[in-house]
Amino acid sequence: MTSRRFWRRSGATGWALSAPATLAVIGFLLIPIGAVIAGTFMDPRGVFAPYISYFNSGFRTTVLFRTLQIAAITTIISLIFGFMTAYVVSRAPGKLKSLLIVAAVFPLLTGVVVRAFAWLIILGRNGILNQTLLGLGITSEPLEMLYTQGAVIIGMVYLFVPLMVLSLVGVLENIPKDVLQASSSLGASPLATFWQVLLPLAVPGLIVGAVLVFTGSFTAYATPQLLGGERQTVLATLLHQRAMVSFDWVGASTIAAIMTVITITIVLAMSHIARRINPMAT
Amino acid sequence: MSDRPHPFLIVVAGLVYLFLMLPLVIVVGAALSDTTYLTFPPQGLSLRWFENIFEISAFRRTIVTSLQIAFLGTMIALLIGIPAAYALNRFRIELPKWLGTLFVLPILVPEIVFGFALLKSFTVGTGAPIFLSLLIGHTLIVLPYVVRVISASLASFDFSVEEAAISLGSAPVKTFFTIVLPNIRAGVIAAFILAFITSLNDVSVSLFLTGPGISTLPIQILAHVEQFFDPTVASVSVLLMFLTVAVMAVVERTLGLTFLAK
Repeated sequence: MTSRRFWRRSGATGWALSAPATLAVIGFLLIPIGAVIAGTFMDPRGVFAPYISYFNSGFRTTVLFRTLQIAAITTIISLIFGFMTAYVVSRAPGKLKSLLIVAAVFPLLTGVVVRAFAWLIILGRNGILNQTLLGLGITSEPLEMLYTQGAVIIGMVYLFVPLMVLSLVGVLENIPKDVLQASSSLGASPLATFWQVLLPLAVPGLIVGAVLVFTGSFTAYATPQLLGGERQTVLATLLHQRAMVSFDWVGASTIAAIMTVITITIVLAMSHIARRINPMAT
Repeated sequence: MSDRPHPFLIVVAGLVYLFLMLPLVIVVGAALSDTTYLTFPPQGLSLRWFENIFEISAFRRTIVTSLQIAFLGTMIALLIGIPAAYALNRFRIELPKWLGTLFVLPILVPEIVFGFALLKSFTVGTGAPIFLSLLIGHTLIVLPYVVRVISASLASFDFSVEEAAISLGSAPVKTFFTIVLPNIRAGVIAAFILAFITSLNDVSVSLFLTGPGISTLPIQILAHVEQFFDPTVASVSVLLMFLTVAVMAVVERTLGLTFLAK
C-alpha cells in the first residue's frame, strides 16, 4: 500500500505513462530534424558554407523572399475577410450559426490536394473562369492566370480562411456582450464600437490566427506546386526538388533549417507578444 | 450596438462563404461530366470517371495504403497519446510544463521539414522499410491532435471520482478502463476521426516517404494531375468529400457538430 501510494504521488507513473509518446517525438522528430540542421554546419567547405552559398544564389534568395511575401499577403487577406466573416458568424442566431460553422469546417476537412485541384479547374487556360470571360466577350483570348503569384495566393487564402474564421469565432464569442452594449449605450456609433472596442479585444485572437495562417502558408507544398509550378517556386517546393530531383541533400537540409528557424522564431515571438497584450491568455 | 451586424459585413460574409463553397461544387460537377477533359458545367452526366478510379491500379493500390496507414497510425497515436494526455492532466504538478509543448511539436515544426528529416535520418540512415517510415511519420503528425482533444476531454473530468474508486479498492488500471475511459468516450471518438482525416489528407510528410510500389492517395493524385487533365482526379476528390461528409455525419450523431469547432 505504501509503495503504491509513493508510486502514484511521485509522478513516476506520470513519466511512465507519457514515456512512449515522449520517446516517439524525441526519437523520430527531434533527433532527425536536429541531425538535419546539425549536418548543415559540418560541411567540409566551412561551418556556414551551405548558408553562404544559399544566400549567394540570386534564385534561392528570390525564392525565400517570394515565400515570405506570399505568406504575408495570404495572412493579411485571411485576417481581413476572416475577421469580418467570424464577426457575422458569432452574431448569427443558434441554428444558422451551427450551419455556418459546419460550412467552414467542411473545406478544412477536405484535403489540400482536392482544394488546390479545384482552383486548377477554375484558373486553367481552358478553365471555367477563362471560358466565362471568353463567353461574355470580356476578353478575346484566354488569360494566363495559372502559375502566377496571384493564383498561389488565391489558393492559399482558400486554404486558410476557414481556419481563421473558426479560430476567431471562438475569440469573438468570448467577448462579453455587456462590453459592447456599454459602449453603444454611452453613445458610441456601431462603427466606433467595432473599431475601438471589439477590435482591440480581439487582438490576441487575431495574432494567434495570423501565426497559424502565416506558418501554414509559409510551409505549404501542394498548393504552390499545383497552382504556381516551377515559375512560382517556394521554399517547400524547392526543398522537395533539391532532395528528390537533384539529390542535393546539403542544399535541401539548408532549406529545411532556414524554414524551421523562421517558423519557430515567428511562433515564439508572436506568442510572447500575444501574452504581453493579454495576460489572461494562456 | 444592435445585435445585427452591419449589412456590409453580412454581404462580405456571404461572399466569403460563396468563395468557400463554389470550388467544391465545381469539382463535383466536373467529376460527373461525360467528357474526357475537365469542364463545368458538366456536359452529359456520367459516372464513368468514378469507375475509372478503380480501373487505374495505382489509385486502387494507394487508396488501400492510405486507409491502412491512416487506421494504423491513428490507433498507435491513440495508444501512446491517451496515456500521455492522461498523465499530463492527472500529474499536472509533478510533470514539467515542457512535456505538454513536446507533444505539440509535430504540428509546430514545418511538416515538410519533418518528412525530409525522417527520410534522411531514419529511412536512409537505418534502411527502414518505406511502409514503416510512412506509418511512423503519420503517427507523429496526428499525435498532437490526439493529445489535445483527449486533454480537453480530461480537463472536465473530475479525478476525485477515480480517487474514490481506487480508495474503495479498485485496481488503478481497472479503474482507468471502467471509470476514466467511459467518461472521455466522446473525446476518443473525436480524436480518432480528426486524426484519421488528417492522416488521409496528408501530403507534406508522405511526399518523401514513398518508394517503389508504395505511395499514398494524395501523392498519387498530385502525380496524376501533373500528367493527365481528365476528370478522374475530380472523381477521387468527390469520393474523398463523400468520406468527409460521412465522417461529419457520424460526429453529428455522436457528439454534435459544434464539437469540431473547438
